[in-house]
Amino acid sequence: MFETVLVANRGEIARRIIRTVQRMGLKAVAVHSEADVKLPYVREADESVAIGPAAPAQSYRDVEVLLEAARQTGAEAVHPGYGFLAEDAEFARRVQKAGLVWVGPSPEAIEAMGDKIRARNLVAEAGVPVSRGTTRPVGDVEEAVRSAHDIGYPVMVKASAGGGGMGMAVAEDEAALRVELERVRGFAQRMFGDPSVLLERFFPRVRHVEVQVLGLADGRVVALGERDCSVQRRNQKVAEETPSPAVTPELREQLFAAAVRAAEAVGYRNAGTVECLLDADSGEVVFLEMNTRLQVEHPITEMVTGIDLVEQQLLVAAGRPVTFDPDAVPTSGHAIELRVNAEDPVRFLPGPGLITAWEEPRGPGIRVDSGYTVGNTVTPHYDSLMAKLVVHGADRAEALDRARAAVAAFRVEGPKCNLPFFAELLVHPEFVSGDYDTGIVARMRG
Amino acid sequence: MEVRAEMVANVWKVVVAQGDSVTDGDTLVILESMKMEIPVLAEGDGTVSTLHVSEGDVVQEGDVIAVIE
Repeated sequence: MFETVLVANRGEIARRIIRTVQRMGLKAVAVHSEADVKLPYVREADESVAIGPAAPAQSYRDVEVLLEAARQTGAEAVHPGYGFLAEDAEFARRVQKAGLVWVGPSPEAIEAMGDKIRARNLVAEAGVPVSRGTTRPVGDVEEAVRSAHDIGYPVMVKASAGGGGMGMAVAEDEAALRVELERVRGFAQRMFGDPSVLLERFFPRVRHVEVQVLGLADGRVVALGERDCSVQRRNQKVAEETPSPAVTPELREQLFAAAVRAAEAVGYRNAGTVECLLDADSGEVVFLEMNTRLQVEHPITEMVTGIDLVEQQLLVAAGRPVTFDPDAVPTSGHAIELRVNAEDPVRFLPGPGLITAWEEPRGPGIRVDSGYTVGNTVTPHYDSLMAKLVVHGADRAEALDRARAAVAAFRVEGPKCNLPFFAELLVHPEFVSGDYDTGIVARMRG
Repeated sequence: MEVRAEMVANVWKVVVAQGDSVTDGDTLVILESMKMEIPVLAEGDGTVSTLHVSEGDVVQEGDVIAVIE
């Protein structure tokens, strides 16, 4: 097994990966930009390498600088975390060409699922239900109008190469479609370097339910649990829970089977997540996309299964068996994650700054994965996530109780912070009932 | 009325042009900050008399984005 792992990421996920690498008796190498030199993950690693200025293009997304850091430190494996180059097939190839182990799926699987249209077509062929939408990028505006007419309004216009909830817009009718097509294309070109867009049927009342899968070294794909990620603002998740209150045992079986089929369709190895939409009105489930990496919200699955997903990723990458019985995935209790962001709790506008107070909650069932501590500066160069507050309970009611207490005990001063939003969410009748959909945050603020 | 940026951000889309009439709630520009798209809205009715930003600009908190008269 490799002995040294370079973590090609920053903040809370770098810290969390380093923790498992070290627990397994391996050596962890951290990389950091000039903006992140004082973050806890840098000093907690066994070795750290300065890789450039704050701008991601010149640091965390700079392939040459990352490979050089690996070479310099004798790293034998690279864990890309999430975001940055985690789903960059070319980076995965370069890592492998450098003789290093890539902790993730094959470059081919990354490519197959990275193009949303190709992914939908691929899984549809494998018998996975997909939403009505275009099977290739829309050509000109008139073709888009014809496709939208076939799909039925309202339609979602999405950047084919997009991610992170960006580059999406809903069009209720043809006039809106013409406007949104131009907007989304322009955005996609600027953000992703690819103006391709696709159209999908938009469900007004929908839940976002995803399945954690793991492709083992022996070729089997197992489903480890589902997560409900319907609490979103600006199409980005802010709170997640498992099990999903909307998923019955029968639906769970269907979801898991579909997710495993989708992953098998690309010969998937290592951790991945199959994202689906559950139409709250009809109960219909459709494949949305597959994320070929570890997700931000993976800790809630860890809390109910007792499985360390990063450990399994490293073992699978090393060709080894996992630590649990794939035929008997344990599951116990309920877990909720709240993304503590540097943003105001009312309008969710970002507010970076120097952290002048930082006190994490502690207690039974509480886990905090944080990227920062007092004295660190949250800068505007990266996303606004400061910490993940993860809470487990024997059932949903206990998890909610513990979460309320944990939110009240978490003290952050300096940057803007959305903890008061979570205090509201955790007593909001719609959320407490479990019967909510992706419109919940808009209704709370509407 | 001066419409100002509320935080450091990149201007990723300029939606209106100088001379356009706008009504309360119309999107003037869309900013990107910390991996989020943030629309900047007109807070009243009027005409865009000056637009101070172009796509790709970086704005600081307090910078004027547009003047509506």
